[in-house]
Amino acid sequence: MIVKQLTAFLQNEPGRLEELTSVLEQEKINISALSIAETEEYGIVRMIVSHPEKAEERLKNEGFSVKTTLVIGVEVPDEPGTLHHILKRWADGGINVRYMYGYSNCGAARLIMKVSDPEKATQILEEENLWSTVGWNAKDCIM
Amino acid sequence: MIWNEPKECMDREEMTHLQGKRLRSTVEKVYQNVPFYRRKMQELGVEPEDIRRIEDIKYLPFTTKQDLRDNYPYGLMAVAPSEVVRLHASSGTTGKPTVVGYTRKDIDMFSENVARSICCTGGNRDDVVQVAYGYGLFTGGLGLHYGAEKIGAAVVPISGGNTMKQLTLLQDFGSTILACTPSYAMHLAEVLAENNIDPASLKLRIGIFGAEPWSHEMKEKIEKGLHIKAYDIYGLSEVMGPGVSCACGIGEGLHVAEDHFYPEIVNPETLESLENGELGELVFTHLTKEAMPLLRYRTRDLTYLNDTPCDCGRTNVRMASVKGRSDDMLIIRGVNVFPSQVESVLLSIPEAKPHYLLVVERKGAMDTLEVKVEIDETYFSDEINAINILKNRIRHQVESTLGISIKLTIVEPKALERSEGKAKRVLDLRKEEEK
Repeated sequence: MIVKQLTAFLQNEPGRLEELTSVLEQEKINISALSIAETEEYGIVRMIVSHPEKAEERLKNEGFSVKTTLVIGVEVPDEPGTLHHILKRWADGGINVRYMYGYSNCGAARLIMKVSDPEKATQILEEENLWSTVGWNAKDCIM
Repeated sequence: MIWNEPKECMDREEMTHLQGKRLRSTVEKVYQNVPFYRRKMQELGVEPEDIRRIEDIKYLPFTTKQDLRDNYPYGLMAVAPSEVVRLHASSGTTGKPTVVGYTRKDIDMFSENVARSICCTGGNRDDVVQVAYGYGLFTGGLGLHYGAEKIGAAVVPISGGNTMKQLTLLQDFGSTILACTPSYAMHLAEVLAENNIDPASLKLRIGIFGAEPWSHEMKEKIEKGLHIKAYDIYGLSEVMGPGVSCACGIGEGLHVAEDHFYPEIVNPETLESLENGELGELVFTHLTKEAMPLLRYRTRDLTYLNDTPCDCGRTNVRMASVKGRSDDMLIIRGVNVFPSQVESVLLSIPEAKPHYLLVVERKGAMDTLEVKVEIDETYFSDEINAINILKNRIRHQVESTLGISIKLTIVEPKALERSEGKAKRVLDLRKEEEK
């Protein structure tokens, strides 16, 4: 499924990430997935959160640079070759993967992927019956 | 409206004659009353009688900011202390402050020239002038204040800073003229947009901005953001304050009040005089100042002159907007770099904000220039790659303008300090080390 991901552009300096999580904490917003891409001077924080609209508004008010992007969130069996199979079908379909992050636990792997064409990528997954949404608890971000 | 037509539209030959006459009296006065100048002239073998016409100015000694510091605070005063009615001082960021005195007549002359400037931009007695220049030792606030009162306009003496209050008064008082530094005008335009205030809903029509060099691109942005026509006013406390020259509606330079301040352009290295149209350092000689008249004061500002009559009707010589200061000029690996060059590039890139900081460091024997730039929020991406592409594009454009390689750093929007007075654009860590 296509989910809303919140992206924040942060100065790479001590305390800046803490300022961001403090806003979320105050608003009782839960983070379901998080990845930080860092460079020497800045970091890009990508998050799946429980209330993306509210989180975006509150963070903007606090002076953060935030925007919402659409990514694919899936849960697949935690077995060798699953990711490869998805990537192969996408490669055949001309879909480019921009970045991804995820983890696996208790027999299931959850992945967040940014791809060049999310609609088409989802369609391929549906055709192949390769994915599941079971256990995804950040319901508000589902498109 | 032309405030003082006889002086501002004076026949060139008549002006030259008047300048010669006034120069003679200034030279006589400083020779008699200021030991510094007497000694300097004696060293050059120049007597007051040698100065007959304005062309003879080339025999006179130059004055630098260091001379003002060396004679701090009252060494260059040409009148008795009781004649002085006001003192201004420039900020002492690079040493002791420089102090300037004014007699009552000097203050009248200051007000007269600011009155000319305001009229030059199209202002009149019906205007409400919001003076957002700092009031105090800095000449901006009081300078504009007295000039605006002189033409009979209403003055809102809010001084600098307190941005939300500035916006409230712009709305409630219906200010029609805003006077401040261009960087603060830019900041006000941004805050206006953030608060969803349509600039066209304000009565504001004219901006009189000065005290720091600004590019044509910045002028366009301010004009759009505040829905006004912006004019460049020029001045420095050592010469008087704002109103030494000011732009008119024609938009081809700033008219110099040359019946009071005689402008010259010299080569900053060799000090040789340059012709009209040639870029060089602007030098002023006081023709009427009483308290602290200076001979050939080197402003460090780079510009050129044009003495052809202007379509606005004024004949006073025009100077181009200051291109930069020879002080601000950074020499990095032998190449001259002006902050204004970086500003022009950034303003031509929609993704970049015109807020930047140049950091110069010496690493080993190598000087490095880092340009910190804020990116417009709407353009940043969740993909590092996309940001890198943008970063490289900006870096490439800055490098091709400056002619040296730089390190470009993208910073979070609003990470760089906003100025309410003069913007800080350069951090030269080489100098810090020397200290």
